[in-house]
Parts: sequence; C-alpha cells; structure tokens
Amino acid sequence: MSNTYDPVEVTPLHADEVVRAQADALAAIAAAGDLDELKQVRLAHAGDRSPIALANREIGALPPQARSEAGKRIGGARKAIGEALSARQAELEAERDARVLVEETVDVTLPWDRRTRGARHPLTTLQERVADAFVAMGYEVTEGPELEGEWFNFDALNIAPDHPARSEHDTFFVESPDSGKVLRTQTSPVQIRALLSRDLPVYVISPGKVFRTDELDATHTPVFHQVEGLAVDKGLTMAHLKGTLDRFAEVMFGEGITTRFRPNYFPFTEPSAEMDLRCFVCRGASASPGNPPCRTCKSEGWIEWGGCGMVNPRVLIACGVDPSVYSGFAFGMGIERTLMFRHNAEDMRDMVEGDIRFTLPFGMEV
Amino acid sequence: MKVPLSWLREYVDLPAVTAQEVADKLTSAGLKLESIASHGHEIKNVVVGQVVAIEELTGFKKPIRHCLVEVGEAAPREIVCGATNFTEGDVVPVALPGAVLPGGFEIGSRKTYGRQSDGMICSEAELGIAESSPGILLLPPDTPLGTDVVELLGLRDDVLELEITPDRGYALSIRGVAREAATAFGVPFRDPAVIELPAAAEPSYPASIADPTACDRFVLRSVSGFDPAAESPLWMRVRLIRAGMRPVSLAVDVTNYVMLELGQPLHAFDRSRLSGEIVVRRARPGETLETLDHVTRKLHEEDILITDDSGPISMAGTMGGLHTEISDSSTDIVIEAAHFSATGIARESRRHGLVSEASKRFERGVDRELPLAASWRAVRLLVELGSGTAHPGVTHAEVDVAPVRIVIPSGHPGRVAGLPYERETVIRRLEQVGCTVVEGAAAEGEIAESGGHGVAATGMVSTGDLHEKLAVRGDDPLTVTPPSWRPDLTDPNDLAEEVIRLEGYEHLPSVLPAAPAGAGLTEGQRLRRRVGRALAYSGYVEVLCYPFIGVRDLDNLQLPAEDARRRATRLVNPLSEDEPLMRTTLLPGLLKTLVRNVGRGAGDVALFETGLVYRPEPDAPAAAPVLAVDRRPTPEEFAEIQTALPRQPFRVATVLAGEFERSGWWGEGRQASWADAVEAARVVAREAGIELEVRADQHEPWHPGRCAALYAGDVLVGHAGELHPRVVEAYGLPQRTAAMELELSLLTPQGPVEAPAVSAYPVATQDVALIVQAGVTVAEVEAALREGAGELLESVRLFDVYTGEQVGEGRKSLAYSLRFRAPDRTLTVEETTAARDAAVALAHERTGAQLRGV
Repeated sequence: MSNTYDPVEVTPLHADEVVRAQADALAAIAAAGDLDELKQVRLAHAGDRSPIALANREIGALPPQARSEAGKRIGGARKAIGEALSARQAELEAERDARVLVEETVDVTLPWDRRTRGARHPLTTLQERVADAFVAMGYEVTEGPELEGEWFNFDALNIAPDHPARSEHDTFFVESPDSGKVLRTQTSPVQIRALLSRDLPVYVISPGKVFRTDELDATHTPVFHQVEGLAVDKGLTMAHLKGTLDRFAEVMFGEGITTRFRPNYFPFTEPSAEMDLRCFVCRGASASPGNPPCRTCKSEGWIEWGGCGMVNPRVLIACGVDPSVYSGFAFGMGIERTLMFRHNAEDMRDMVEGDIRFTLPFGMEV
Repeated sequence: MKVPLSWLREYVDLPAVTAQEVADKLTSAGLKLESIASHGHEIKNVVVGQVVAIEELTGFKKPIRHCLVEVGEAAPREIVCGATNFTEGDVVPVALPGAVLPGGFEIGSRKTYGRQSDGMICSEAELGIAESSPGILLLPPDTPLGTDVVELLGLRDDVLELEITPDRGYALSIRGVAREAATAFGVPFRDPAVIELPAAAEPSYPASIADPTACDRFVLRSVSGFDPAAESPLWMRVRLIRAGMRPVSLAVDVTNYVMLELGQPLHAFDRSRLSGEIVVRRARPGETLETLDHVTRKLHEEDILITDDSGPISMAGTMGGLHTEISDSSTDIVIEAAHFSATGIARESRRHGLVSEASKRFERGVDRELPLAASWRAVRLLVELGSGTAHPGVTHAEVDVAPVRIVIPSGHPGRVAGLPYERETVIRRLEQVGCTVVEGAAAEGEIAESGGHGVAATGMVSTGDLHEKLAVRGDDPLTVTPPSWRPDLTDPNDLAEEVIRLEGYEHLPSVLPAAPAGAGLTEGQRLRRRVGRALAYSGYVEVLCYPFIGVRDLDNLQLPAEDARRRATRLVNPLSEDEPLMRTTLLPGLLKTLVRNVGRGAGDVALFETGLVYRPEPDAPAAAPVLAVDRRPTPEEFAEIQTALPRQPFRVATVLAGEFERSGWWGEGRQASWADAVEAARVVAREAGIELEVRADQHEPWHPGRCAALYAGDVLVGHAGELHPRVVEAYGLPQRTAAMELELSLLTPQGPVEAPAVSAYPVATQDVALIVQAGVTVAEVEAALREGAGELLESVRLFDVYTGEQVGEGRKSLAYSLRFRAPDRTLTVEETTAARDAAVALAHERTGAQLRGV
C-alpha cells in the first residue's frame, strides 16, 4: 500500500498537540485533590481513550521514516505523565494516611471486659504442681475414695483402735460409729490401696481431700487437702527420703532450699520425722540476730511443712509386702498450709468460702 | 507438758544455757517445743517485811488500811493497803518504791487515801504466782526481814511447754524429760524414781486384782494422823501452777506433784470411808458410781473399777468416786499407785468423755515399775508436810509379765538410716534410752514367747506370726530389752529410730533414689485438668465447697421423694446438725457459694466445682469389715470393704447468674441463660473428645421447659439448663440462674484423634430456611439434614430462628447454612443442589420440615 499522505494531517501526532496533551495532563494531575480525583485524571489522561493513547495508536499510520520521531515524542510524554501520576499518587496517599488514619484514632485504653474471666482454685493447681514435681521424678499419681474403710484409714496404717493416735484424729464417723466407714482423716490410706493394687516397686504421689472435725477458723478447716507420697522398693533408706524431699523443695522453691528432719511420731512410719523447709524468702537469714525479720517463716528460718518417715514394717505386712525384702518411705504435707506460706494467704476461710475475688488472681496455675 | 526448768535442773546438771537452747535440744530429740514462758525475770526490789501496825481508815467505799511495815531498814515503811487478810505481826512480801512487778508494773511512793504510801504489800497474783488470789501472800513467821522475795520463793523460772507425741508417755513427767535432756547434753541423769524403799512389811490395806487384763500391778500405802488443815507449801504450789495444775489441798497436791515428777498417776482414798477388801475388776451390769464431779455415772461392763465391799469406789485411772474422796476432815489416807491397761483406760475415758491427767498418762503407757517408788514418795511428802505417820506396810498385788526382747543385727539402725553407725554407737545409744543390750541372739522360741509390756502395750496386739514377720535377721545380733518406761519399743524399727534420733537426724545424708520411669498422668487425670482449664477459660471460677448437705438442700432442689439423690450417707458427728449428709450432687454447695458472692456485691457470677459425690447403693452392706493386719487381705475381704462403701463418682458442675457477657461501651451484654449451661457441658465433653447429644428433659432442680438431658452416645451423663423458679426462690438466687451437672467418670476419653484430610477444592454454600412445628427440636432437624446431605456435607450451621406472622402460629423457621466440599474436585451447582435437596427431603420426612417460600 503505497498511498501517500501528508503526515501533518494526522492531527493527534502533531508535535504541538502532544505537548499540549502532556501539559493538560500534568496540570490535571497537579490539580487532583484526592485519590478519587486522581483516579479520574488517570483515566482521562493516561487511560485508553486519553489523547496520548489515541496519538500512540496513530503512530502505525505514519510512514516508516516518521514513526521513530513520533514514537520518541509520544513515549516521552507518556513517561512524564506516568511519573507525575505516581508522584501525585504517593503524595495523596501520604496525605490520606496523615488525615484519615488520624481521624480514625480511637482510645485504646477503653476497657474490654466483655467476657467474664475465670480461674482455677489455687488449692487445685497447687496440688497439680506438687504432683508434677514428683511425676518428673518418675512417680505416678494415684487416688482413693474420700469416704473410706476404717481398716484402710487406721488399722492397716498401724493405728490401733484404742491408741491415742486414733482419737487425736477427730474423725467423722459415717452412719454409725461401728460401721467400719469414715471420712478419711489423711491421704495415707491411699498408701495401702497403692500397695494392694500395684506391682512393686511402687512410687506414687496422691493429692486429695481429707476430713477432721475441726471448726472453721483462720487456721483450721474441717475439709482440707493433703499430698501423700509413698515409695516402696528394695534398699530404700531415710537418706533416700531426705534426698527426695530435698529435691522436691528445690523444685518448688528454688535451688539451695533444703529440708530438715526432727523426730516425731506417726504410727504408720518408723522412724518418723517432722519435715521443715528452709525459708525460701529469707533463706534462714532472719533467724540470726541483726537481720531483718521475715514474715514467711516468722523469723525462725525454717517453715514446718509436713510429716514423713520410713514405712512401718507393720504397714507393709498388712499389705502383704515382706519387710525383710522391701523397705519404703512415705511423706505428706498440707496443701492449705503450703498455700499459706507460699502465697502469704493469711486466712483459711478465704480458701473455702469461694469468694471469686480470692480465686481470680491465681489464674490457671500457681 | 509444761516443764519448769528449775525442776528439770534438779535431776540433770544442765550447763549454763538458755531456755531456748534446752528447748532446741529437746526438739531435736523429738520433744517439740510449743512455747517458752518466762516468769519473774522482771521482778525486782520486792523484800520480806513484817506488819507492825495497822490503822483502819474510814469513810471510803471499801476497807482501807494504813500499815507500818518493818523491812529491815532504819525505820518502818508506811504503806496503804486494800486487803484485810493479815494482822499485826504477819510476815508479807513488800514491793518497795522503785520495785517492778510482773508485766512491768512499777511501784513508787505516792499519796493515796490521804496518806503516804511507800510501796505495796503483795498478793500471789501480783507476784505472778497465781492467776488470781484472794488476799495478801502470808510468809512463814520466821522468814528473815529484808530478804529478796524472788530468790526466797524461786519465782524466777522458765517453763518449757513441750508437745508430747502419743508414743512417748514417759515424757509426760519431769523424770522423762530430764532423761532426754541428760542424753541430749551428754550429762548425768539422777533418776528421781530411784529412792530407798522401806523393807517390805505386811500389806497396808487388803487388796487384790480380780481381772489381770485390767491391771497388772496394784500398790497401796497408807498414812495416818494426817493434819487435814495442813496447807501445801508455797514452793509446791508454785511448781504445780507453773506446770499447769491448780493447787487444791495438800493431799491432792501431793498426788499431782508426784505424778508430774515421776509420771505415775496416784489416787488418794479416805481410809475411814473404805469398807472391806479393795478389788480391781470390771464393772458388773447396772453398777453406777457418783464421781468427784457429783455426776452419777452408769458404768459399762468393760469399765475398770476399784471396788470395795460397798461396790465401785473409783473409775480406774479416770476419776475417783465422791464417797471415798479426801475431805477437809480426812486424817487417814490410802494412796493407790497402779498399772492399768492402756487400752482399757483409753476406752473408759472415751466412753465417759472423761479425759484426765491420769487417763492421758495411762493411755500412753506408764512405767510398770513405778508404783512402789511413786507411792512411797507421796507418803513421804504427806508425812513431811502434813505431819502424818507412814504406815510401814505396803499392799502389792501383781501379775507376772515377761519383758519384751527384741533382736536386731547391730547394723540395722544404719541400714534404715542409710548411714552406717559404729556397733558401739548403737549399743551406747540404746543403753542411754534405758535398754539392756546383750550381744548375741536369744533362742528363737524365747523371743516368740516374750510377752510385751504387760497391759501397757499401746500398739497393735502382736501375734506370734506378726512377730516372726517383723523380725530382722542378720549378722552380729543384739538382744535388746527396752526399759519399763518405754512400752512403745516393740519392733526392730523402734530401736532403729532411737539410735538415729539420738545420733541426730541432721546427720542423715541426702540421696535421691532412682525411681523407675513412670508413665506420667493417666488419661483420666489429664482429662480432669483439661476440664478445669477449659471451664476457667470459658469464664467460670473454680470453688471447693464442703461436701456436707442437709435434707433442706434436697427439699430446696425440689427433689421428689423417690429421687435417688435423696439416698445420702449420714454422718454420725456432723459439724452442723443442719448438714449431716454427704452430698449426692454438687449443686447445693455451688448455689450457696453463688448466693454468698452475690451477697458480697458480685453481680455476674459463674462458678464451677469438680469433685466426688457419695452415692450409697440401696443394697450395700451396712458395715465394712475391719480386717486383720498381720497379713494381706484376700481379694474377697478387699471386695467386702469396697461394696460397703458408697459409689463415689467424680462430677463437674457449673452455676451462673447475671450477665455472662457484660454490657459496656460496646453495647448491650447478654444475660446468662440455660444455653450457657448446656454449652458448659459441651465444653467439658469436648475435652474428652465427645460431642454430647442434647435431649429435652424434665428433671429437678431444672425448669421443666428449659432442661436438657446430656447424652454421650446412649449414656445419660448429666443435665443442664435454667433452674426451676422454686429452686431460685428457695436458695435466694438471682432470677434465671442456670446450672449444669455432669458425671465426668462417665466420659471416657476417646483415643487419639484421626487427622482429617483437608481438601484444597472450593467450598459451595447453600442456605435453606425450614419451617417446622414449634415442638420439633433443632437437634432432630439438624440430625436429619446431616444424614440427608451425605458425604459432601462439610458443615451445617443454624444461623437464625424465626417465629412470627410470616411463618404462622405454632411454627418456627430455622435458617441453616450448608457447606459442601469434595476431597477431589470442584463441586458443580447441580451436585450441591442435589445434596441440599436430599437433606431437605430427609428433614421433611423425619420432622415435617417445609422449605420456606416453597
């Protein structure tokens, strides 16, 4: 097709036209007041139907010798418009961010207590923490009934019917005084159940509820919680008992916190000991003159924690375990008491009344 | 046991240490310090004076005396005094100006009642001897004037109060504590029970033991010509008071003093009131005795009695009879010192609710060898202080008792401790306790036959077989005979403890044993923890209520007469007569705790509890057997105890009231409702991997129209919903309180979850609105939709429930969103529509549901 025609007749490609279109575009871009307006400007001056786009489409109609120059001219204009658009876009976005997001500012200190909070009881979670310390040492958690056979609670534990140790227990009797059933006064009957139901060796820990006929006051409650531990194996000694409780004290209260034994009497252990815990707050310092007093241990340096001892061979015999082959140790401590000194809880009534204000701060774990 | 240090020092040469140091040593030996009371340390400038002149002042509301008191100075002192129990010439304690009395009370010179008063004439109370005293303390007339009263009366003392464990009866005496103190300090002990006794003569009063199981030694001595007006000397009264006993009269005070000193309870009879031979025996049917406290007691056939021809005259070791009591005219006294059965006295004391200083000691075991010495000690004091004459004779009835002998290898204490002890150490420590140690083992038969500590043995009765099982064999046996004052020493480990404690528990090494690898928590234990956490995260606060309830609770819950929860275990000795039952449901405790929280100002409360309930079976045996202890129970015996115990399943319950979602700046909140209670049950069950099935039910204490029965498969596991308005009213609960209770023991944790294959293809959603009769439950409709939709259904969710004109009276519209997805392709519209239609069709067939707008 060798039709000849005057390129000047292709108006959009006229150099002046291109310059004007570019100038119009740049002016419109500069005038765009917000991102919406800029969007319209982009459509009008850089869109498919914009003068520059129309001109670009006409290039093909030029004779080959004219195409290059026209292409260069139009390309320059498109580039300038494109750059101006981007720059204005960035400018307007920044403006919007500065303005709109500020307008959307809220008071983030507003409360959001829409959902009620819950919590677990610290006596529950403390029992779990104690149990976990022993589970880590290889013990298993075991349980028994709270309404228990008298034989399990007393006789099998070498607490004879008329021994003063039995009357010291302030027992709740069930149905009749000679029904052979009681509310367990200690978690120790679980020792018997563990020895009767498990294969030797036995290493068990048993948290649970126990009952004594004490009136509720700041330091007594008729329903309270203990954790009982029992190990029966070949060759266990008091040194092993001490080592176990020292390790437990460290896990619960930190490195360097150990225990101290004092002679005591429990019918189901022989020898028996009272176990004191080195005060984990003052580390015993408050007991020395000149040092500041300690509220946790009442400046005694030690905290009474629980009872322990070597399982009385009579108990082993009642469970069919041969004391000439096996020996064992047992220990127990009060959870309420532990909560009192570990968390400075001063009144046991708070632990039993169920006031949510007491329990909520303890959250999910203690 | 209260131990005045001055008394203790009479039998032990304690070094110059503080009371605290003595207490620390005793605590380390197992006699635990309760408290230390210091007496008289602050008292100063109180001297002996003589009243030389008394002028009664008049015109005051009470009698007032102006006295001149000679105190060994240049001139007598003028002192105004309000007491009247003294006369001119009496010798009295005088606090001079500048004196300090107990409690830091300072005495000065002052003008009072118009006269000068240069000090104070003191009473026992003012000197800290007694709690109260009626008048001035009168001192013996020959006391030198000007002497320091504190020194004279020994008022400066420290009293250790020790907690004595039930096995250590011997430590309920100064003698026993002194022995421990001597061992602890490594100093000599002078046994106050080792005294010279008069040569045996004829019986002082006829007596015999009729029941050798009740008493194995019975000693009587007598004093005649006793002056009933004689008073106990001040030193004795001070000691009794400091040791916690109240002075009564010389005869009574002497028996108490000797009991505190030696540990032997004594009883004094008025000889003129006795008739015929004294016999120790058990009570006969219908016998009664009027005791010292003027109560006529019906005696039980097992009661151990002291009797004469007239019948019972004293309850052995417990309380004396009124008729033969020492009175203010008794001049002839018979002193009884006996060794009674520990268990016999324990039972007698418990049966009659009589706990005395004597019964406490007999229960814990008294030294069988004490009666002869203790009775002579008492007689000597009565003669010395009450100007009587000792009868030379003694009545001594006894039953032969073979001593306990225990054989242990010398290495046994070390093997128990985990710390080897020298053989010599073991022997020395046992001898310090009072044991006789012979090297080598006694013949087997001899040991098996050895009797025990007579009637004082407080432990289990040991049969020959048990003895055999307890025996510890090994090299280098030692045959150990414990002393008469230690009836608690019966087993090899008892001896091990003595050695280990005296060597010191503080020397035990600390060795962590290697326990076998454990299996961690059981599935059930993990489930319980998860349930607790899940409920807490859902907004519930855990409480631990007492498991005691009353019939009133069961009534408040509106339980019908035949409801199984009314069959509850009853306590014999409940803390409150209003709550004598063990809970059969967790709800009463939770509801009361909810009310308490609301009462304390909490408006929105959501609580949960987990724990046991006690459900006695109607056909369970009434009593659980008490089995033997010398062997393992047979499976049948074990089962016998188990079946007598109530079932004790583990439950979880929640209660909630007020707003469960709060109102606030974000808008309206949401009141707690039946739906939250049901959701709490779902939260619990989901932790066990179980999706509960909910069915409408009518079950107390719930609202009959708002009560859900909860099923795990076909098993009913609990109920949830809004409480019955009557229950709300009965407990004073907030309106619309909702509750859930579920038996966690019935939820078996499901095995490991099977991982789902997650499809990457797009979801196709179809919404349907179905109109059903109002009585049709959502659960029925949803089950039909699920089943009808088939395998392509991914989920179904009810997003709206509408009732109103547009669907007509008695009907409701349920709007569901059904989501479909295939594992292997993009579903076509035709496929999802077909599945939806099948779902709707089955819902129509099962529940009559109509597609809305069709």
